[in-house]
Amino acid sequence: MNTAKKMIRVANAQGFWGDSLLGPKRLVEEGPVDYLTFDYLSEITMSIMQKQRMRDPDSGYARDFIKMLKMIMPQCRNKGIKLIANAAGVNAPACLAATKQALSEIGLSGVRIGIVEGDDILDRLDSLANEGEELVNMDTGAALASVKDDVISANVYIGAASIVEALQQGADIVITGRASDPSLAVAPLAYEFGWSFEDYDKIAAATVLGHIIECGPQCTGGNYTDWRNVKDFAHIGFPVVEAYEDGSFLVTKHDGTGGLINVESVTSQLLYELGDPARYLSPDCVADFTTIQMEQDGANRVKVHSVKGLPATDSFKVSMSYANGYKILATLCISGPDAIEKAHIVSDMVFARMKMLGADIPEDDRFLELFGSNVLYKGIVESPDQPHEILMRLGAKGKDANKLNVMSSEIAPVLTSGPPGITGFAAGRSRASEVVGYWPALIGKDKIKTTVKVEEV
Amino acid sequence: MATKQVKLMDIALARSGDKGNGSNVGVIARSPEIYAYLDKELTAARVADHFSEIALGGVTRYDLPNLNAFNFILEESLGGGGTETLITDAQGKVHGLALLHMVVQIDESLLSTIKHD
Repeated sequence: MNTAKKMIRVANAQGFWGDSLLGPKRLVEEGPVDYLTFDYLSEITMSIMQKQRMRDPDSGYARDFIKMLKMIMPQCRNKGIKLIANAAGVNAPACLAATKQALSEIGLSGVRIGIVEGDDILDRLDSLANEGEELVNMDTGAALASVKDDVISANVYIGAASIVEALQQGADIVITGRASDPSLAVAPLAYEFGWSFEDYDKIAAATVLGHIIECGPQCTGGNYTDWRNVKDFAHIGFPVVEAYEDGSFLVTKHDGTGGLINVESVTSQLLYELGDPARYLSPDCVADFTTIQMEQDGANRVKVHSVKGLPATDSFKVSMSYANGYKILATLCISGPDAIEKAHIVSDMVFARMKMLGADIPEDDRFLELFGSNVLYKGIVESPDQPHEILMRLGAKGKDANKLNVMSSEIAPVLTSGPPGITGFAAGRSRASEVVGYWPALIGKDKIKTTVKVEEV
Repeated sequence: MATKQVKLMDIALARSGDKGNGSNVGVIARSPEIYAYLDKELTAARVADHFSEIALGGVTRYDLPNLNAFNFILEESLGGGGTETLITDAQGKVHGLALLHMVVQIDESLLSTIKHD
């Protein structure tokens, strides 16, 4: 373990599955970095990956990561940059095999790959129920029995400890399943500085660090209220954090990149998707965001310090997804005059025709949104009486996908048999897609054993 | 003392995102003095009234005085949940800017506490 090092640089190269491939490429080229984190997973991605795996046993992980490895690994090797990625999704063996294959294709050997597993409890739901883990829905209090047969994915948000273990065993790349987002950044700090997980303030500081960078450029000027002050969105810098052994850190970005880092841009991201700020729960600790201090420390540099933490709770959060019927959405553009009135006529017409074809949709399952008539700021700004054009978003939900698909065949005929001024059908027919329900729950930590394996290729 | 009518956008910044079937809106005052003013003015009830057609399950406010910030939780504001709804803003991405459209009456002296970059 290297505890002599005074500062380490951690950067987040991917904020979500589908983030720009330019992130990791630019981070390794444009300035110094010690650790790159890749945060691919969200509630919805787990269910998508599980469905992919059902269709193809070799899929179910972030394939982007493999593409990325080929692009950046030679430079990472030269510069000693380590990678931590929750890229394994729901298929760690396949992700590991693809990683090895990618390294061999670019002719790299002597790379140590760590793999962390144990987050996937989909196959254990019955035995866990027998052990008294009820997995009730945290939001609604409902019992899992009501949806158990429809569960698609079930993963535990695991913490940083197993990633630290992989780093201790010399891993250059650590691949995990559903490691929690901030834990990807907590691990390199705990490892490099030799922190104990009972050093709650430091673990909390690293958790805050991880939370700030987990959405990439959303802390460096992306999605920022004062956007006119943000320079060069195309070259916006990905966040790079200079972390110190005392738990303080500086949020910055590489020289010459676009974007803006000030106390407000960092605070904006700190507040993102936040609940009770005094109790930010992670598998590693409870961080108290009401203790955080922040100051500008030079251009595009913000210092964060004084974070206080408490011991983690005795449960892990579980993220489950379940099949909850189907939905369909069709769009048409409707021009004025009387665009809104015509849209309602078209909506009634489509549902009436669906009924004639045996696909009666109950009122409660129908959906109509008239984009351009003041949808986003409803009740907040004044609605236009006569918008010149609106995007009609017509939809329905239900258990029967075939019934919903009747809608797709009755959209185009509206152009020749409905009111005038309707266009914008170029996107073609839409199809019903599965509705994925989200089921958050808690599970006792004693029920989850993560495993760490490091191998050299 | 002279007061002036301004948009919340002139005296604060915001960021929003999804939280289950609801959303959260983080608000940052542009100075500590404005934070103290908003502490009294920007109550959960007032924000709930502002979002009366969007946040159908009420509003909770949390305070972060250390960062001159507030965190508002808007319950039932996503038309039924981030993964299930058909509405355009399924994740409450624009709720932050929506809140900043609020019109407030403020002492003019407080406006001079805002530092411009």
